[in-house]
Amino acid sequence: MDFNATLIGEMIAFAILIWFCVQFIWPHINKAIEERQIKIADGLSAAERAHAELKDADTKVADEIRKARQQASEIIDKAQQQANGILDKARADAIVEINRLKAVAQDDIAAMAQQAREQLRERVGALAVQGASKIVQREVDASTHKALLDQLAAEV
Amino acid sequence: MASEPGGLTEYIQHHLTHLVPQVGKDGFWAVHLNLDSITVSLALGVLFCVWFWSQARKATSGVPGKGQAFVEIILEFVDGQVKDVFHGDRSFLGPLALTVFVWVFLMNAMDLLPVDLLPWITEKFGIGHFRAVPTADVNMTFGMSITVFLLIIVYSFKAKGFGGYMHELFTAPFGKHPLLWIPNFALNLVELVSKPVSLAMRLFGNMYAGELVFMLIAGLFSAGAGLAGWALYGMGIIGYTVWGIFHILIISIQAFIFMVLTIVYISMAHDHH
Repeated sequence: MDFNATLIGEMIAFAILIWFCVQFIWPHINKAIEERQIKIADGLSAAERAHAELKDADTKVADEIRKARQQASEIIDKAQQQANGILDKARADAIVEINRLKAVAQDDIAAMAQQAREQLRERVGALAVQGASKIVQREVDASTHKALLDQLAAEV
Repeated sequence: MASEPGGLTEYIQHHLTHLVPQVGKDGFWAVHLNLDSITVSLALGVLFCVWFWSQARKATSGVPGKGQAFVEIILEFVDGQVKDVFHGDRSFLGPLALTVFVWVFLMNAMDLLPVDLLPWITEKFGIGHFRAVPTADVNMTFGMSITVFLLIIVYSFKAKGFGGYMHELFTAPFGKHPLLWIPNFALNLVELVSKPVSLAMRLFGNMYAGELVFMLIAGLFSAGAGLAGWALYGMGIIGYTVWGIFHILIISIQAFIFMVLTIVYISMAHDHH
């Protein structure tokens, strides 16, 4: 325990060290720490925000998908209806056409039958005249007996 | 080295003698300096400044390097201690506490060097006495504690003004009556003076005792001859290791206590009554 001038020297040295620390060390490091604290806090809040936004986006996407699915099914339904309509219409058209054609054919057939009947009638008339002339062995005046012959032909 | 004539007592006495060259003439104006304490403490102070300053200079608020992170851990630890005790602007008290903590710790840590290492080196340069631990020197610890004491006074004046401080010194704790002025002042004086004294003596006592125990254990290394000597040598190694590990705790705690009490004393001066 012997005091000497060392005491004063150490006091001065201590004071200088304190001054140096106050001036050059503490503020810089402290500033860096505080800035980083702010950055970290900002980062954390940003992450939280992003998380919430992501959640929002997720629900929005799910919503959109649901809507799209609904629309798609609507479109499919409509298409099916349209297809059914077209099919029905085609079927109806076809039936109409068939009926028309059938009618035409029937008319044709009727006309042809009529024609054939006419022809047959004429031939029968002619054959009857021929047969009669052969039986009578003489010329029958076709004009005088025309009424008779026509009657005959009508009866065939 | 204890085998030199004179044995353990002389060995220890030798180790407890400061390097004191005398500057100037004899008599009242003779200036004695413990060159060993001054050299080691200044070297460690410069180490502290350069180390922390180099980290502070390139301190980034982005991702810190390991060196910066380490410095920041110390600084935040100290800042937390100051924040707990002192409620005000920490732009002076913070650095003060940091300086106290790191400097005292570094000086205490000189105790962990082998007790003969620095004296052995200086002996090569013809310097006989060299004590490596500045905090085991009363001049060192009182140098710091008196500076702290002056800061207590300064803070008291700053916080309460000259009149307010004088009023407090003479009227607290007993009362305003003029007859009580002297007892009040005497009590406050004791309280005031006991602060730097206890602060310095605690650190000095711990470090001095620690150093002494290291010397005693080191004495075991050359305490005997033959088989018994080797047995003592082994005990010396074990003892030195155990005490060294325990001493890591002591030097940290002493540095911490010095720092905390510095903060407490100054904050008491700052916000009082």
